[in-house]
Amino acid sequence: MQTLQEKPMNGLARCDILGPVAYIFDAANTGSWRIERPQVDASACIKCGICQRYCPADVITIHKDQPDCVEFMWDYCKGCGICANECPKGCIQMVSERGDA
Amino acid sequence: MAHDKMLDGNTAAVEAIKAARVKVISAYPITPQSTIAEKLADAVADGALDANYVRVESEHSALSVALGAQMTGVRAATATASVGLALMHEIVNAAAGVRAPIVMPVVNRALASPWSLWCDHQDSMAERDSGWMQLYCENVQDVYDLTMCAYRIAEDCRVQLPCMVCLDGFFLSHSMQKVRVAEQAEADAFIGPYRRHNSYIDPEDPMIVNNLTSSDEFTEMRYQQSRGFFAAESVMEEVFAEFKEQFGREHHMVEPYRLEDAKTVLVTIGSMAGTAKYVADLLREQGQRVGVLKIVSFRPFPYRQVAALLKNVEQVAVLDRSAGLGAQGAPVWLEVCAALQSMGLNVCSYIGGLGGRDISMDTIRHIFEDMAQECTQVYENPAWIDLKEHPMNIRQVLKHV
Amino acid sequence: MFDVVKQAKGLVAHGVSACAGCGLELILRNVLDVLGEDTVVIIPPGCSALFCGFGPEAGMRLGGFQGNLENTAAMAAGVKAGLEAQGNHHTTVLAFAGDGATADIGLQSFSGMVERGDRVLYICYDNEAYMNTGIQSSSSTPMGASTTTTPAGKLTPRKDLIAIAVAHGIPYAASASVANIPDLRRKVQKARDTAGPSLIHVHAPCPTGWGYPPAKSIEVCRAAVNTGAWVLYEVEGGRTTVNVKPKELHPVADYLNLQGRFKGVPADQIERIQKSVRERYEALVDKSV
Repeated sequence: MQTLQEKPMNGLARCDILGPVAYIFDAANTGSWRIERPQVDASACIKCGICQRYCPADVITIHKDQPDCVEFMWDYCKGCGICANECPKGCIQMVSERGDA
Repeated sequence: MAHDKMLDGNTAAVEAIKAARVKVISAYPITPQSTIAEKLADAVADGALDANYVRVESEHSALSVALGAQMTGVRAATATASVGLALMHEIVNAAAGVRAPIVMPVVNRALASPWSLWCDHQDSMAERDSGWMQLYCENVQDVYDLTMCAYRIAEDCRVQLPCMVCLDGFFLSHSMQKVRVAEQAEADAFIGPYRRHNSYIDPEDPMIVNNLTSSDEFTEMRYQQSRGFFAAESVMEEVFAEFKEQFGREHHMVEPYRLEDAKTVLVTIGSMAGTAKYVADLLREQGQRVGVLKIVSFRPFPYRQVAALLKNVEQVAVLDRSAGLGAQGAPVWLEVCAALQSMGLNVCSYIGGLGGRDISMDTIRHIFEDMAQECTQVYENPAWIDLKEHPMNIRQVLKHV
Repeated sequence: MFDVVKQAKGLVAHGVSACAGCGLELILRNVLDVLGEDTVVIIPPGCSALFCGFGPEAGMRLGGFQGNLENTAAMAAGVKAGLEAQGNHHTTVLAFAGDGATADIGLQSFSGMVERGDRVLYICYDNEAYMNTGIQSSSSTPMGASTTTTPAGKLTPRKDLIAIAVAHGIPYAASASVANIPDLRRKVQKARDTAGPSLIHVHAPCPTGWGYPPAKSIEVCRAAVNTGAWVLYEVEGGRTTVNVKPKELHPVADYLNLQGRFKGVPADQIERIQKSVRERYEALVDKSV
């Protein structure tokens, strides 16, 4: 008795839970925090993936076969600048979000 | 078939915990609870109980381990006393807030300071607003029966509240009495397997429990707890009725004793209720119309039943085993006064039996005598019934002045 | 199960309220990426509790419980015991707590968990102060660092958390850093596969508390490794291995000067810090096999 395997599995049903519980996997628009945004000089990029590795928000994707090889999820990028700081080629510049950015 | 055993209160608690087939045990020794921790360890070591025993380093961790385990969907057990319960205080509230229906024996012992190893109710009374139900035992059979019932009540989907089963340190924990113990099959039929009704920790059905909650929802979650207590009032009586049907022994949230035509009633709680009943019998033989009202469930407090049972009574007093410092009277007295507020009765508050002082027949007799003089003739209110003379001058130390 | 409103690449939501440049966020993403879905997590109040979410919304997509500040290890031990009692021996129980919740108020329950041998993967992300409550000093704050409760700089050296765990005979303990993600991920895997308690003590840079621009989080931690202020090593069954040995330790000032919290530390104290950093590094290298 009392094993995980023997739990009755009757599909899904929405149940009232009493007390504190989090069950909605959502994301805030932390991109609105950004003061500066990373701008990649794609011609200098060697697609090493270091910017992606160190991005705390995990918002960078490297496309090895595309000219715009570094893609950012702008809804979430906080503009911390770690990618620019760590880029071994120095090909990411932080530019102001104000004005024409 | 059920059979009789000579058991002390702690062993009776252990028998009921075993009967509930708990799967995780975490306990930490403290006088007078320690033999519960020991006997559960024995039960696991000799194979009588199939459970993981987590030998924790504090009561704080004891309840934390029990809470973590219970959240995965098994019954978890721990037990404590006195300052151990005080150390648990933070997790006591946490377990209640996430509606983990843990059943925990509390072996009542005074809180320090002064240091005392002996019984009073200050430890559990200090937790009375923590969101746990509290059942108080009069004798060792109560310890067994109420612990069994506590699993059913706490885990009922209408209730979902943790429950303390309070037994008086030494007076019950270490007193051998004859106890009728159920066979495992009978216990299984009554308690049943554990069903997780609310939130849980399960990698196959994930959710995150107990996160930060704003003022936008906090009040509603407290209200949900209050509805659990409201439901517990009827669930308790249902479970007690079923218990009586299966095992023949009767329990109620509040137990009237010789109230039929009683003029004078002493309300009390715990093991001293037995002494009070005995003295009431003696006074009845002398023609005095006295009775006793024993509070079994302090949380939820059965205020409607208390009011109904005392509606024809002329004099009521309450004997508490904790001091209720700074309040107008002690904790049980406050509840009884609130229950009787529309009845215009003068209810006296008696405080006694602190730090292990015995509530003797004489003490109870003094209370009834004092009540005959319309209370408060002899004593202040609250009346410290077993206070020595010159209480302010009991230790005199030479010191530089 | 979760209502997924916004998808994420991994188990952690992308838009979470960690400060820009937060090291903790990078650590948790990598840890959960290695451990996968068959994991439950216990997190105490503190910066990492933001991943437990606010109200009905969660920042992680796995089973978890937000415990109290001092009982992370005990809650995790209870969860492990409960799962095992139901025949589940596979799920990783992750305790994920900061330095205050581990080395200060949670040290007792951590000690109990390790001594009992409970199979819990305990990760202490060490941002070297109580950052969530406003940068108050903890016992893991390094000597010289200014915090809101050590405004003139902390006078005493930090507590050695790994040494404490090792003194318990812990089967696996390691330090790690956001400056070396592959090393961190390898250690998480190793800890997960350890049949017993394990500890990973991760240097978690905090731009807000340490006083440097968010862009320099990795650079600061790299400087810590290169100067020996944070040594990457592991202790496995009592055997110590220093994983990263810089050819020559850089002067510790290279690390301190990057951060506002060490501003104004007098030269003689920098010398003392330099001496203790070098001695600790050399002692670990001497022990290293």
